[in-house]
Amino acid sequence: MSGPSGTCTVRVVLPYHLRTLARAERELALAVAGPVTLRAVLDALEARYPMLRGTIREYETGQRRAFLRFFACEDDWSHEPLDAALPEAVASGREPLLIIGAIAGG
Amino acid sequence: MSSVRVLVGTKKGAFILNSDGKRRDWQVAGPFFAGWEIYHLKGSPADPNRLYASQSSGWFGQTMQRSNDGGVTWAPVGNQFTYDGVPGTHQWYDGTAHPWEFKRVWHLEPSLTDPEHVFAGVEDAALFQSKDGGVTWEELSGLRKNETGPQWQPGAGGMCLHTILLDPTAPGRIYIAISAAGAFRTDDGGQSWKPINKGLVSGMMPNPTAEVGHCVHHVAMHPARPHVLFMQKHWDVMRSDDAGESWTEVSGNLPTDFGFVVDVHAHQPETVYVVPIKSDSEHFPLEGKLRVYRSRTGGNEWEPLTKGLPQQDCYVNVLRDAMAVDRLDECGVYFGTTGGQVYASADAGDNWTPIVRDLPAVLSVEVQTLP
Repeated sequence: MSGPSGTCTVRVVLPYHLRTLARAERELALAVAGPVTLRAVLDALEARYPMLRGTIREYETGQRRAFLRFFACEDDWSHEPLDAALPEAVASGREPLLIIGAIAGG
Repeated sequence: MSSVRVLVGTKKGAFILNSDGKRRDWQVAGPFFAGWEIYHLKGSPADPNRLYASQSSGWFGQTMQRSNDGGVTWAPVGNQFTYDGVPGTHQWYDGTAHPWEFKRVWHLEPSLTDPEHVFAGVEDAALFQSKDGGVTWEELSGLRKNETGPQWQPGAGGMCLHTILLDPTAPGRIYIAISAAGAFRTDDGGQSWKPINKGLVSGMMPNPTAEVGHCVHHVAMHPARPHVLFMQKHWDVMRSDDAGESWTEVSGNLPTDFGFVVDVHAHQPETVYVVPIKSDSEHFPLEGKLRVYRSRTGGNEWEPLTKGLPQQDCYVNVLRDAMAVDRLDECGVYFGTTGGQVYASADAGDNWTPIVRDLPAVLSVEVQTLP
């Protein structure tokens, strides 16, 4: 949904351990300015929850941590460029961006 | 009346165990940070309510936590550990050059005088410090840039800086140990470092007496006698009487000189504790008997301590940072196991009781003696 200042409200679903770290709900609503890209959503997420910096993207490279995945509208966006526009359904808030921890190990 | 707070890091969270000075009845708080690996947590000697914790995950990387109320509540602090400059390379397991890559914080050592100042030993081996309570971190890069750095090689657990000892009589003197590079000392607050490994002999190395490359598992000292160091190496228990300039073996009559932990009695600088482990591949006690060994002579002559410890079918390990002592008049000794037990002795090791039996695998144990 586009707000009066041109921002969009994007829904983001966090994995359990990041929710507990950020003391956040499972699903968040983030105001994202400009084109709704993965980078813009993650920037907005980390600005609101600074303790998530470094837990989704590596500090040094800015790249996704290896055991995390991004899904939107049932598609895997993990290997898409960070500056690619997310689907309109995510930008409009009809569908969430899912951040998922790999099901691996103990 | 004094009390004791035991800080336990495990594979799946942190726990805080509290008792009065009698150390008979314990309250268990936690898990804190459930599901995360807590390699280490430790309190500030200058403010016992200030605690720091290293929280990490294979999925989400490294985060750091701080408490200002003795571990009742916690808040995340800074988690950016960036090597100073271009990190360069160390040796990989096969001897090829491998770039330095930050993985996690193994050990936290708060300053003796300033609660806001804390050191962090990390993998790949480097020493960081924060002077603002863990909000920002800077590398003391003189260590990693030591001329021997390119020769350092990871041990089986990774190339970790796991031991940090602050000399209370000389503020600029710090000892650290790295697996598998060895021990190092600075006398200028971390600007310059020297390897202190003369006398160590590691048979698995091409040059068993090389300046670096030794797999030091842990080092301990008594604060009243900080120039005397005790070391549990991959093999061999060692002692130095000259601030690490030279080492002599004091394994003596130990049933095996392999192990991880070593610690010193709070009031008797010549009383030392180790937990012998059968071998470097099996990693469990000899004969299924969990025994702490105590020397009252600074090494060489060791006695097994078994009362209250399992003497059959015990196949746990005791990891390098999982033993600590309290400072009550009758020194308490504590250690945790990979089986999730935390054992305590309120009489310097003569008798042992499990405080808890079924935690996740214990990675570290620290003790605070509170007024």
